[in-house]
Amino acid sequence: MKANGTVFKYGDNIDTDVIIPARYLNSSDPKELAKHCMEDAIHSTVNFVENVKDGDIMVAEKNFGCGSSREHAPIAIKASGISCVIAKTFARIFYRNAINIGLPILECEEAADDIDMGDKVEVDFNTGVITNLTKNKTYQAEPFPQFMQDMMAAGGLIEQTKVKLGLK
Amino acid sequence: MGMTMTQKILAAHAGLESVKAGQLIEAKLDIVHGNDVTTPVAVKEFNKIGVKEVFDKNKVTIVPDHFTPNKDIKSAEHCKIIREFANEKGVKNYFEVGQMGIEHCLLPEAGLVVPGDVVIGADSHTCTYGALGAFSTGVGSTDMAVGMARGVAWFKVPSALKFVLKNKPAKWISGKDIILHIIGMIGVDGALYKSMEFVGDGLEYLSMDDRFTIANMAIEAGGKNGIFPVDEKTLEYVKEHSNKEYTVFEADSDAEYDAVYEIDLSSLRPTVSFPHLPENTKTIDEVGDIEIDQVVIGSCTNGRMDDLRIASQILKGKKVNPKLRVIILPGTQNIYLQCIDEGIAKTFVEAGCVFSTPTCGPCLGGHMGILAKGERALSTTNRNFIGRMGHPESEVYLCSPAVAAASAITGKITSPESV
Repeated sequence: MKANGTVFKYGDNIDTDVIIPARYLNSSDPKELAKHCMEDAIHSTVNFVENVKDGDIMVAEKNFGCGSSREHAPIAIKASGISCVIAKTFARIFYRNAINIGLPILECEEAADDIDMGDKVEVDFNTGVITNLTKNKTYQAEPFPQFMQDMMAAGGLIEQTKVKLGLK
Repeated sequence: MGMTMTQKILAAHAGLESVKAGQLIEAKLDIVHGNDVTTPVAVKEFNKIGVKEVFDKNKVTIVPDHFTPNKDIKSAEHCKIIREFANEKGVKNYFEVGQMGIEHCLLPEAGLVVPGDVVIGADSHTCTYGALGAFSTGVGSTDMAVGMARGVAWFKVPSALKFVLKNKPAKWISGKDIILHIIGMIGVDGALYKSMEFVGDGLEYLSMDDRFTIANMAIEAGGKNGIFPVDEKTLEYVKEHSNKEYTVFEADSDAEYDAVYEIDLSSLRPTVSFPHLPENTKTIDEVGDIEIDQVVIGSCTNGRMDDLRIASQILKGKKVNPKLRVIILPGTQNIYLQCIDEGIAKTFVEAGCVFSTPTCGPCLGGHMGILAKGERALSTTNRNFIGRMGHPESEVYLCSPAVAAASAITGKITSPESV
């Protein structure tokens, strides 16, 4: 499986209030949440909602998704069409939530340092190889533990739970 | 190799003799919790699984506290979803408006969490219950859904940081100053994926309310959980609030820690976090002239009796600066009543404060005190991210109840020593 798209690049400590401000949490509709995704990333040079296309890729530096446990954050990112989030590190609740709902995420320090806003990037989920088509470079992401690969292959935690409970 | 306190609790709940950092386990849950923002999504996911009942009607807790009393139609619809779910599934610990409080003040007070428990909550500040010697951590809605269905959750066993709190805290130093100092020291990802274990002779001077505040903000350092050893104060609290069976776990003497930090509580100063990260801390002596528009005292971090008593002591017979709005939110209905009994509610109202029903409201920019563009709040809450309490160009400064109350009088960030 591969992802291929244009990069939206962010810095350190992008918190879930920035990803989806609490003023929109009175909705849990993914499409509605996607309309306001990254709305409070006020220092970004590119408006996310106006420019994001299906398959695009989000790249950030350390501690992406810190703060509130709101699953609305990875839901909003996924519903925006983002195919993968790459960061140096993820905050732990965001990390769990992304895996649980089947939003692909990768940790790769080198990629996060090197990739810029607007670069064209391809990600091979099977090998963890990230290719920067704009800069003609490749980076190797940390592979996921087998446990998490199995969950992602099953289609997320809910699907995996159905199998475990013999409901599928 | 010995285990940390957290590792021992997790091992016991996974049915294993021992676990080590990095190991992936499935652990049994004593409480699965959610609020009005996260539970509607969990209900949707729960229904996809196809089980008819929750794993244990006594072990699921649902507290509508974020946008309640319902702030708008959409929030009312969300609350309706979770109310109907709780009724249909026979969830015993659903707390309706009028009984509910701010979830992390309410659950310990209602005796639902005791030492040795494993708790997941679809709210990041679920780590609060570590103050009781429980393993308690925030998760998302899907984890809550599966927790409600199966009574288990997957965990990667965390390594730990040890914080040795030494000596008697200086005057005006509360749990909030201690945890803000720690976050300033290690940063907002300083404890990423790790446990924060708080030990040392300084604990004897920290009330349960101080400990709740410290454990509450472990997430603000990226921590998976914060945890305190169980001592006489813990047991006294548990005896007063709960008749649930509990188990006391202790870290092994040869447990391994990624790092050990010693903090001399007698040398700390009241501490303030500047926008837009909790790690941007300064001591009260370094803050300079910061004029403010609003003060908020309350939340799951600082909405308990100790917090409101100290604020009231400072505000007694004084008036709020006329250019300020001061909003005070007690954590639970019992705390609200206690404030009435002790005359604290009267002190606040006479000083010119809003004294609200319990709600998370303004902490997350939900309702009950939203900031306009360019406005600045000083708050005893837990996050000062961009737009956290309102307009993306507003600002939030974090502090203790004592600093907040002193500042309510002067209109700028002020040490309690000078009012």
